[in-house]
Amino acid sequence: MSPTEEPTLSEYRRREQSITLAPLHEQLEERSEGEGSTQELLTLNFGPHHPATHGVLRLLVTLQGEIVRDVKPIIGYVHTGIEKTAEDKSYWKVIPVIERMDYLSYYFNAMAFCTAIEKLAEVDVPPRAQYLRVIHLELNRIMSHLVWLGTSALDLGAISMFWYCFREREKILDLFEMSSGQRMHTRYFQVGGVIEDIPHGFEEKLRSFLKEMPSRVDQYGALLNRNEIVLQRLRGTCPLDAETLLTLGVTGPLLRAAGNPWDLRKAAPYSSYDHFDFKIPVGTQGDNYDRYAVRLAEMYESVKIVQQALDGLPEGAHITDDRKIALPPRHELATSMEALIHHFKLVTEGMRVPPGEVYSPIESPRGELGCFVRSDGSSKPARVHMRDPSFVNLQATAPMVKGAYIADMIATLAMLDPILGGIDR
Amino acid sequence: MPDATGLELIAQELREAHGEDVVAETTFFRNQATLTVEPGSIRAVLAHLREQGYAFMSSVHGVDYYPHEPRLGVIYELLDMSRVDRIAVKLRVDSGDPVVASVTEEWPTANHQEREVYDMFGVVFEGHPDLRRILMPEDYEGHPQRRDFPIGGEPVIFTFNEGDSTGSSE
Repeated sequence: MSPTEEPTLSEYRRREQSITLAPLHEQLEERSEGEGSTQELLTLNFGPHHPATHGVLRLLVTLQGEIVRDVKPIIGYVHTGIEKTAEDKSYWKVIPVIERMDYLSYYFNAMAFCTAIEKLAEVDVPPRAQYLRVIHLELNRIMSHLVWLGTSALDLGAISMFWYCFREREKILDLFEMSSGQRMHTRYFQVGGVIEDIPHGFEEKLRSFLKEMPSRVDQYGALLNRNEIVLQRLRGTCPLDAETLLTLGVTGPLLRAAGNPWDLRKAAPYSSYDHFDFKIPVGTQGDNYDRYAVRLAEMYESVKIVQQALDGLPEGAHITDDRKIALPPRHELATSMEALIHHFKLVTEGMRVPPGEVYSPIESPRGELGCFVRSDGSSKPARVHMRDPSFVNLQATAPMVKGAYIADMIATLAMLDPILGGIDR
Repeated sequence: MPDATGLELIAQELREAHGEDVVAETTFFRNQATLTVEPGSIRAVLAHLREQGYAFMSSVHGVDYYPHEPRLGVIYELLDMSRVDRIAVKLRVDSGDPVVASVTEEWPTANHQEREVYDMFGVVFEGHPDLRRILMPEDYEGHPQRRDFPIGGEPVIFTFNEGDSTGSSE
């Protein structure tokens, strides 16, 4: 008897009666030893309010004993209609709402959107702005991985990792606060560059952070890499080969853990990434341990990139001097009528962008983050779509955890690193 | 990106293989190649491009070209990882009968994304294994990402007003 045919359905199950799990015989097909002799299946509701779901992810899980037979993710609990809202705002007012999609990688969201508009409007970004963007993007990547590491270790039962990771994360947020005035959702990236140059003291503070960070990652590794519990929970659990991952559209650390070195920063460099010397960490097994190891190694590489960007930071403007795109400097307003007109037009109406459609992909901490923008020539976008890596990667959950223990599913979810704000948008 | 000539070559190949009217339009805009194809031929076109090396489907998303007809568009972003080459395939369907063949069987990544396009734009993907709303509640009426769907004015659903109407009826 399939769970959907139960005569007495619980309230949550009744509401989603149309959700069909795999047919019973398929689920029962492969039975390993020692699970007991009954054919009983249990449908378990997991989430949406559960700490191990990293947000408000809800899973309907069919269990045979401890073995997961089928998983259906149910999403939409934090759907806020950001793509719809964006259509009602002028281009530069879209940036703050876009940033709130994937709330751990706000610089990446802004970057994907800004590069799309820059492509449409054919704006050149000054070299200094490109380097400043790289610095903030890579700091954001470290910050995102730190939250992932802390919460994932928490899922495995290691509570102290959480405090260590958040200690370093605070330092990055302090840096963000210094350059933009905000700790999260900074709105630092603008179409054509960044809003402000970095302030005095930023470089010094960043250098001391860069000096400290690799040793901190060493410490995380020393705590976890050879930890017996971590190894037992991660090594060899829920592997998926690169071929299957590609058909599922999975990118980012998950794909690299399976041995495919695809990374847009190397493959199709944007924002001067080709100026920097860094490596792409890859795994071999594609299991949970590789997923963990790849992200940990990425933190070292990000530190290297920030270091090089800071050392080679070119002089010059931090934003384009195209007055149809970027606001004129404040001091010009007092003396130049033209600057005042441009300022007025940009603030009231916003920039006009030539009609057309572009898709602009970048490498976010979770994979390919693509922003599709359609412009109809007015000052508001006609369509903004984010191809969020979490949304696509979530589809790999079921193939990964089928046939695994329910405890391994928790570890896999942690290693999948889904951000529900990005999934639901 | 295939350059403008490369795009024309691909279009020519497709026309020769699948009939003259399979490619409706080729657009080369800001270094991005887009093929607009006839909706009925989408599976054949994608299969053809996969053989050319565009084996990774990075995104499927919908667009509403209101007030122009055919109004609804579906865009498939394909990627060739070995040549680092992208091509977009676009089709447009009438809002009166928006039915497109699902490509989920060949491209499992399209599963969630087609559901999102269905949810937001009302494009029906024929042959999709599990075509349900994905982001909006199951009993929601209308397709909110359409351009003529109003913003705002929707009550927030709490437990006490759960049974009230949700969504805006068009």
